[in-house]
This record gives sequence, C-alpha cells and structure tokens, in this order.
Amino acid sequence: MKKFVFSRVLQAVPTLWVIATLTFFMTRYAPGGPFDTEKAIPQEIKVKLESHFGLDRPLFDQYLLYLKNLLRGDLGPSFKYPGWEVSELIATAFPVSLTLGVLSLSIALLIGIPAGIIAALRKNTWLDYLPMSLSMAGICLPTFVLGPLLIYIFSTQLGLFPPLGWYGPADWVLPSFTLGLFYAAYVARLTRAGMLETLQQDYVRTARAKGANPWQVVTRHALRGGLLPVVTYLGPAFAGLISGSFIIESIFFIPGLGKFFVTAAFNRDYTMVLGTVLFYAALIILLNLLVDLLQAWLDPKARQAQ
Amino acid sequence: MCTVLIFHKFHPLIALVGCLCVAWFVQGCSKPSNVETALNENILHFGLGAEPQHLDPHLATSVAAHNILSALLEGLVSEHPETLKPVPGVAQRWEKLEEGKTYLFHLRENALWSNGDPVTAHDFVYSFRRILNPNLGAQYASMLHPLKNAKLYHEGKKSWEEANVGAEAIDNYTLKITLEHPIPYFLELLNHYSWFPVHRPTLEKFDAFEKMGTPWTKPGNFVSNGPFQLIEHQINSVIAVGKNEGYWDASSVRLEGIRFYPIESVDTEERAYRAGFLHLTQSVSADRIDYLKEKYPDELHFEPYLGTYFYRFNLKSPPFDDLRVRQAFSLAIDRQRLVDKVLKGGQTPANTFTPPGTGGFYPQPQFIHDPKKARRLLDSYLSEKGLERLPPIELTYNTSEGHKKVAEALHGMWNEALGVEIRLFNMEWKVFLSTISKGEFSLARAGWIGDYVDPHTFLHMWRSGEGLNMTGWTNASYDKALKLGETSNSEKERWENFQICEDLLANDFPVLPLYFYVHLTLRHPTVRGWYPTLLDHHPYKYIYLQKEEAP
Repeated sequence: MKKFVFSRVLQAVPTLWVIATLTFFMTRYAPGGPFDTEKAIPQEIKVKLESHFGLDRPLFDQYLLYLKNLLRGDLGPSFKYPGWEVSELIATAFPVSLTLGVLSLSIALLIGIPAGIIAALRKNTWLDYLPMSLSMAGICLPTFVLGPLLIYIFSTQLGLFPPLGWYGPADWVLPSFTLGLFYAAYVARLTRAGMLETLQQDYVRTARAKGANPWQVVTRHALRGGLLPVVTYLGPAFAGLISGSFIIESIFFIPGLGKFFVTAAFNRDYTMVLGTVLFYAALIILLNLLVDLLQAWLDPKARQAQ
Repeated sequence: MCTVLIFHKFHPLIALVGCLCVAWFVQGCSKPSNVETALNENILHFGLGAEPQHLDPHLATSVAAHNILSALLEGLVSEHPETLKPVPGVAQRWEKLEEGKTYLFHLRENALWSNGDPVTAHDFVYSFRRILNPNLGAQYASMLHPLKNAKLYHEGKKSWEEANVGAEAIDNYTLKITLEHPIPYFLELLNHYSWFPVHRPTLEKFDAFEKMGTPWTKPGNFVSNGPFQLIEHQINSVIAVGKNEGYWDASSVRLEGIRFYPIESVDTEERAYRAGFLHLTQSVSADRIDYLKEKYPDELHFEPYLGTYFYRFNLKSPPFDDLRVRQAFSLAIDRQRLVDKVLKGGQTPANTFTPPGTGGFYPQPQFIHDPKKARRLLDSYLSEKGLERLPPIELTYNTSEGHKKVAEALHGMWNEALGVEIRLFNMEWKVFLSTISKGEFSLARAGWIGDYVDPHTFLHMWRSGEGLNMTGWTNASYDKALKLGETSNSEKERWENFQICEDLLANDFPVLPLYFYVHLTLRHPTVRGWYPTLLDHHPYKYIYLQKEEAP
C-alpha cells in the first residue's frame, strides 16, 4: 500500500508540471492582457506595470522564474488585486469553499444514499419511482433556478434564513442545500444502480439463504459493493465542490474560490489563474488517490489489482 | 453507512430531539434584517457592485474605489451633497490668485489623521509627488497634469526639484498650488481621489512611496483623514468602515459606520435589497425595471449620470473612411425610439456628445434622425463606388445582454433605412479591448463616464493622438478649439469653443452618440440626506438613517 501511495505521489509531480506549463503558455497567448482597460493607459505607465510584474522579460524567462518560485511555494501577487498574494487569497477563500463543499456533500449523501437504497430495495414500486423522479428533477433543475427559489421561500417570504452572505452558520443553510440537492440527485441514482447490481450477486443471495435479516443483508453485505459507483463519483465531485462553485457563490454572494477561478481568467490575472488551476489539479489528484484507497477498502478485487 | 444505521435504530425520542434541534436552529437563524437593525446601529448597508482593485487613492481606478475612498479620505475641498460644488474640506478657505493660475489653500489646524497626527500641507505635497512619481505607474496621474511642470516630472524628464512642480508647502498649514494655466473647474477636480492625501509615515513604514501592492491599505495599517476609518476588509465579502472620531467635523457625521458589499450580480443585489440586506443597490437589471416600478415605486430611482453611450467608427477602413456613410449611419438612427422602446430605463437620447447641462454647458443638438437624407447620402456613395449595396458591416461589442439589445435595435434601424446588413460580433471584455486598441474593427461599442463636471471630460478624448480616440480621426481645428476651451477664463469663450468641438464632431462623425446614461438604483426610504448627483457622488457625512413615517 505504501508503495502504491508513493508511486501515485511521484506521478503527481510531472502531472502538475504539465498542467502548470500548459496553463502558463495558454494564458499568455490568450488575446488581451491584465492591464487592458477601457480608459487607455499611457504607454509609459503600461511599461512600468509590466516591469513591476516581470512581464517585460522574455516569455521563457518568465516561465522559468515562475517554476522556480513555484518550487518555493510562492505563487506571486495577484495582478487584479496587487495588494494580495495569490496564496493569501486562496487561503482566505478555500476554507469557505471547503465548508460549503463538505456541507453540500453531507446533504447529498444523507439524502442520496438512503433514497437510492430504498429505490433499489423497492424496485418498480412507488418508493422507487418517487425518489427517482425527484432525483431526475433535481438533475434537471439548475442551481441558478433552485437557489433563487429557496431564497424566495425561506428568506424573502418566511424570513428564516439570510438571503446571502457568509458571515455565520445561518448563512450556510440555503447555499448548502442548493448545491447538496443537486448532487443528492446523482448520488441517489448511482446508489440505486450499484445496489441493484450488488443485490443480485451470489454472496448476497447466500446471505439471504442463510437467513440474515433484510437490514443485515443491506448493511453488511450489499452496501459495500453498492456504493462503489458513488465512491468513484465522489472524488471529482468533492474536488469540484470544495474548489468552489461560481454560480452558487454569485447567487449567495459567498467569498469562495469559484469566483477567483472564473474571474481570474476574464481579468487575465495570470498568477491567479495559475494558482487556482494548480490548486484544483492538486486537489483532484489527492482526492482521486483517496478514492482509490477507499475503493480498495470496499472492494477486495481492486485491492488485489493495486 | 451511518445513515442506514440511524434508520435501523430509529426511535421516537431521536425524532423529538431532532425536531427540537431544527426548531432551535431555525429560531436562531431568523433574526431581524440588516435594514431593521441599522436604525439602532446607524450602519448603512451599501451595495458596492464590484470589489475595488486598489484602496490606494493613487492607484485606484474605479467607481467602487471612489465609494470607499471618499469615506476614508478627504481632500483640500469637499463636495456639497446636492450640487457637488466645492465646500471647505481639509482647507478651511482658499484664495484664487493670478486669475486662477495660483491657489493658496489655508488648512485647518484641527484636521487630523485617524492616528492623531495633524494633516499638513506637507502631506499634500508628498501625496502629489507620489502619484506623479514615474516609478509608481499610477493610471490617474494625468489628473494632476494641470499642476505646473507636473508632466515634466511625471514623464521622468526632470526630478521633482528640477521641474519645480507647482505644489509648495509654505508652512504646515498653507499650501500653494500653481497651475499651467487657469482651469475653471480646478476646485471640482480636487474631489477626484487622485488628489487625496496619504499618511506619509505609514507609506514610509511600508516602503510604498513608489511601490504598488504593499499592505499599507489593509485594516490596521490604513491611516485615514476622512469621516470614517477602515475596520474590516474581507475580499469579495465586505469592506467595513467605522466613524473616525478624530475627524475635524465628526459631530456632523451621523452614521456610525458603512458596510460595503461588492455584489457583482445585479440579480443577487436586487434579492439582497428585497430581503432587507442592503439599503441601496449599485444598479438594477434593465429587465427588472417594469416589475420594480410596480412593486417598489418609491424605492426605484432613476438618477441622471454623467455618461454617454456611443459607437466608434474606424475611419481608417472602408466604408467608414467616407463621411457620407458615417453620416448616413447616424441619420438613420431614431434615438428616441431606442430609449423609449428598447432601453426603457429613463435614458435620454444623445443628440450631442457632451450631456447637456454639464457644468452649465448646453450644446446645440446636432445628431438628428433623418432617414431620407441618410438614404440619399448612402446612394450617392454607392453610385460613386459602383456598388449596389454596402458589403456587410461588422459591429463589435463586448458580451452583455444590454449591449446586444442596443446592437440588434440599431441593426434593425440601419437595415430598414439603408438596407445594410450588419454582422454582430460579441467578444469577451479583454479580447474586445485588445481588438479595439489595435484598430481591428469597423464599428464598435463604447461608453464614457465623466471624471468631473465639465465638458472637457468628454471632449478631450477626441483630441488628435489621444489614447481614447481610437477612431483615426484628427482635426487641427478641433484641437485648437479644445485648447482654447481648456485655458480660457471666460465661461462664454469656453462654451463657444466647446460648441465648435461639438460642431466638428457632428460634421465629421467619427463617433455616433446614442444615449446618455442614467443611474438606476433601489434605495430604502430610511436613507436620508442622499441626493441625485451627476457623478453619483454622495458625501457620507450628510447621510443618515431615519425611520419611515407612517402613511
């Protein structure tokens, strides 16, 4: 197992290097620059700004310098907000996105897994049709519709929760549900599919034949295998959740990472784009590794393969 | 797994505890809105629109930055809340000498920085020297070019001392300003944040004299001299300022603080307003005007705003290198129909480039609607060139529903009057800017918001070689008239010269003014002391909150 983890960490290094390199050159070759504004900047001012951010050097020198700084953990200052370091902005925004992501994922799992199990156990009954119909509706209903709808009902009309912001636990409820319900829909459908397949396996049939009660069959025997598709989905889904959702952050005015991720590209904030892309890539790699480890724990066949 | 176990061991007692917890949480969540608590706390909740890029007045470039900096800092003069006319600020009085070429400002001795240091004339000289420092790279440094020899220093041709820039501290409380030439709107200019002072010891501590991006503007570091001081800055979340008790006129300041929320989405901002999270919004979506007019008739405000929405022609490429085509395109537009049927937000048709009434200047309307003449002009061009119709014209704009709506409406008008096919090209903002600045366009969208209330803020952009021109149009007569309008001390002479500029724009048609902006905002009735102003400036020390009177 240690060897497996070590080799995956080693593989991550060239992956991150390739991502950093591609992102660096793609951002530099995109039309427009960080200092383009409607009110044209005098050439001499533009030269000063470019010199301040090192953009006056040859592109390859800039690239080498960036890699050198990256090795030291220095992501540089943001072009858009020059008073802030990129790492400082990520460190401020990530805990917000992490909280939102964890809460949303918890809601997704707490709703999605039981709904999927019940649907699988009561296949082709109303207990199957109802949650599956709702989950289809959840998948089809975009968050930019659900979010304002929840705000209208629970904030504007009932006054139960704040409409926006991220200043205290009460602010967490509506965005977490908006995002969580969307993912719950997927989780429910994946759980149902996984459970249906597992429930037909020989070892589940054997457990039933031996007289295990239905709950024991589900919890001790079927669930482990039934959750495998969910676990596979969880890695990238969780990375996506905790790296921020631009739409949810815009609707609920949340100072998360998603906004930096998107606006940095629009602003040609080179260092911020690179910082957020690398951070996201590292998260994906880390979570995929965790998923593989979790799969190995859940599925003996996968363990042998590793 | 856990979920299943809970289900397995489900017990009525657990349900009861769960229900109690939810009830407790919901009870805890439901609390009075910001607007309700604000009356007791005297805190204004302000929709800021965008997060300001800088809180350094010498590097700031946005309206959002102005909204914050005008709370934190005060210049030599301040603004009257209704007219924006200069009223005493740090300077309690001033003398205008040599017919307005020199000003002597007498600073008040009780003006203090928030750390207790006195605000002196030396602080202003230091601040002017800093923004003009060529190494700082301040985008708005040219706002100080009216200072004598400032340009020489700013362009790095001479040192501050060699250039003998026209800003001199006679003593701690007397500042002498010498200008290149008299500028009638000079005192109004002083309310632009580029003229605001900074606290020298703080900047020296952070080595910020010629460096951008130092942490001197962060809470705890920022030393202010305005009615408020910086308390909190969470990027993309909130910027909070609290009353500065050391401010010389603190007794007039009725708000205890202001919380600025950089909410970029207009829809989110509107929801925030309706839920009582904000007292006022920065803007309102054009699509929501009808609904808001009906639901919030007393809270939706259409306020004049010093800005012109226009299109640029590229005079370097056919067919717009020919005056007749440019003129035909202008005459084919029914601007009144555009604002009444398409925009519907209280905008007014732009029949001149400078909004009428700017600084008291009322230009003669020149950009009129005459589709028959437009057709004749175009036919004359087509027959001369041996063409049956114009090749398709590319109209470039930055991606936005609002710009698209205007472009489509104009497409319809041109097609109807001239039979021209227009191809609409929308571009992401930075790509758009890059394309326009390279001159790779035929017809492109633009807009301009005045920096000060004088026609010069609009007309200077069409000077030959000016960075904002970008049309390829040059006209020596225009440059001459503009210069005379800039420097003359006589209002009559100024308006005559600015009218010549307007006439030349309407003769040569390098631009196509379409409409004048309005500022659309939702404002809660408890906000008092807030008046519509052309620059959307609202000095905070006059603003207060008062409970609505029962009908």
